[in-house]
Amino acid sequence: MSTACPTRFGMSLLLLLLAPLGQAAEPGGLAKPGSPPPDTMFARVQGCSTCHGSMGQGTQDDYFPRIASKPPGYIFNQLQNFREGRRSYPPMNYLLAYLNDDYFHEIAQFFADQRLPFAQPERSRLPPAVLATGERLVREGDAGRQVPACVGCHGPQLTGINPGIPGLIGLHSRYISAQLTEWRAGTRHANSPDCMHEVAKRLTEEQITAVAGWLATQPAPAVPTPAAPGSWATPLPCGSQPR
Amino acid sequence: MMRNVSYRLMRKSALATAVLVALCIGASHAQQQPASAPSAFPGAQESLEQTVKRGEYLAQAGDCVACHTKHDGQPFAGGFPMPTPFGTLYSPNITPDAEYGIGKWSADDFYHMLHTGHRRDGSFIYPVMPFPAYTKVTRADSDAIFMYLRSVKPIPEPNRENGLRFPYDNRSLLLGWRELFFHEGEYRPDSKHNDEWNRGGYLVEGLGHCGTCHTAINKLGGNEDRKAYAGGLIPMQNWYAPSLTSNKEAGLGEWSLEEIVEFLRAGASQRGAVYGPMSEVVHNSLQYLSDADLRAMAVYLKDLPSRHETPPPGMLPGAAQLSAAVLAHGHAIYKAQCQSCHLGNGVGQPPGYPPLANNQSIEMQSAVNPIRMVLNGGYAPQTETNPRPYGMPPFAQILSDADIAAVVTYIRVSWGNHGQPVTTAEVNTLRSAPLLD
Repeated sequence: MSTACPTRFGMSLLLLLLAPLGQAAEPGGLAKPGSPPPDTMFARVQGCSTCHGSMGQGTQDDYFPRIASKPPGYIFNQLQNFREGRRSYPPMNYLLAYLNDDYFHEIAQFFADQRLPFAQPERSRLPPAVLATGERLVREGDAGRQVPACVGCHGPQLTGINPGIPGLIGLHSRYISAQLTEWRAGTRHANSPDCMHEVAKRLTEEQITAVAGWLATQPAPAVPTPAAPGSWATPLPCGSQPR
Repeated sequence: MMRNVSYRLMRKSALATAVLVALCIGASHAQQQPASAPSAFPGAQESLEQTVKRGEYLAQAGDCVACHTKHDGQPFAGGFPMPTPFGTLYSPNITPDAEYGIGKWSADDFYHMLHTGHRRDGSFIYPVMPFPAYTKVTRADSDAIFMYLRSVKPIPEPNRENGLRFPYDNRSLLLGWRELFFHEGEYRPDSKHNDEWNRGGYLVEGLGHCGTCHTAINKLGGNEDRKAYAGGLIPMQNWYAPSLTSNKEAGLGEWSLEEIVEFLRAGASQRGAVYGPMSEVVHNSLQYLSDADLRAMAVYLKDLPSRHETPPPGMLPGAAQLSAAVLAHGHAIYKAQCQSCHLGNGVGQPPGYPPLANNQSIEMQSAVNPIRMVLNGGYAPQTETNPRPYGMPPFAQILSDADIAAVVTYIRVSWGNHGQPVTTAEVNTLRSAPLLD
């Protein structure tokens, strides 16, 4: 394409007209043009940024979770689950398809290490009675349906335990209810024994709404990081958490 | 493991064609005899262990694992679903299990299958299996691959029946397709070229089966020789396999041998990063090839004749649609979303953040790939030489069709790029393109 043509000539004119706009553009990166990007995990995980935030702090989008300061084992398990198709979300399955476990550990540790402030909790539109049901389920469970309390595994402060049980604070209610629904339907899987499938299938739709609604209204505790392994005895065996 | 295997999907159209063509063409039963070509390793003395090792390498070059392993399944145990408009095909178990795999096969059986595209029972293999390329594999290499497959763990995984609808479930109808598009015969070295060129040709044309995606598929579902390696849209999957010819604008004419080798081995280079269906190929196959073989492939590819894949600029469609408003919109999006990695002048920070200026993936006539990269993002495949790849985030969830059309247009015409504008309709169509096989 060495010959000039009207099209490109016109294009050049347009670009000339736009030149002031173009000149205003400054390289946003720190590196010199054409040199490699920073040799950091931050630079490497920007593929996650539009959904999870540049540091994993989350976004305003209801359906994408905050991943910063979740337990590294939990994040690793999810990366693996998406790659292997145990969790089905095509944009994630696609992005992770040709990455390996050793890199997943690095990515997981990067996000687990981020200590970032939590966004303001949601203001729920659910009736107070529904939220109260949600709180009761979280703290006490539902003995009649053999549903254990969330706090039994996720901890009294709902911060989770290292390395595999995630905290439940700082998530959107739509995200939580979507995950519980998928677990109940058997479309989200975890390593066997898949305890969350066992729990979720005992929940009614109303209970899922109540739990998700109440959890999303909770502020972060003073120490929002996952507890040390073995901090409390969990009520049922889970493939994602070594006992 | 997640296997993103484009050619399987591409063969959907081949399958339709197989039936159509078979119905149109009279039964001509010219069964060819296997061509006898000299072995690639004449008189080679090697131990069984060495043969198995060589077979493993060749199986990697052929990327057998991609289709013969299902997600989260055992290697080579098959069962990988290949959905098509005519039903779903499932790859067979090729582990040495006696009941379900190739445990009872002989080396002759295996070569006959690879070379002629027949199953052991004599029926035709559907061309989801790239036997039109594998037919070029030498007997010695076929035997080594067979010995390797015989050495892997046998998995008693039953083969799944194909779920093809009538009449596509009738394998005999493949005869017509074969008459048109299958040329049986081992690779014949071209004496006008040196050994390196011929080694490259053997790998590119045979086990590598590069033309399966990089040669356009015609309406009859076959690869046309006159368009060999000039690039083409991969049907159903909606990624564009770029030209690999020596064409300077669209193909590899401006790439150095080192750049091609680096791209194929590492999955990222100064020229750009591997994305889309090619990620699977690099991850599971090309990264394991020797420098000498990759270089031979590069030598052969760079010598492929140009196929006039770049039309004269004035004949390109869409040029009239370029407007100052769209460019300004695109520039604003670029500043907000792209510039921090790809920089204001589009040179990027390669190899992690690829250049957008002077990048064929951006400029080529089809805008499918740049649109899809903005929609879906992507991580370069993890390889031994690029063990911690950088990635691009998806923008489908935060940018509108108009935003993406504007920014892709801006990128395609800026910094000396010669690409053409794209429309919101093109972006909209690609939003629903499948992300997985």
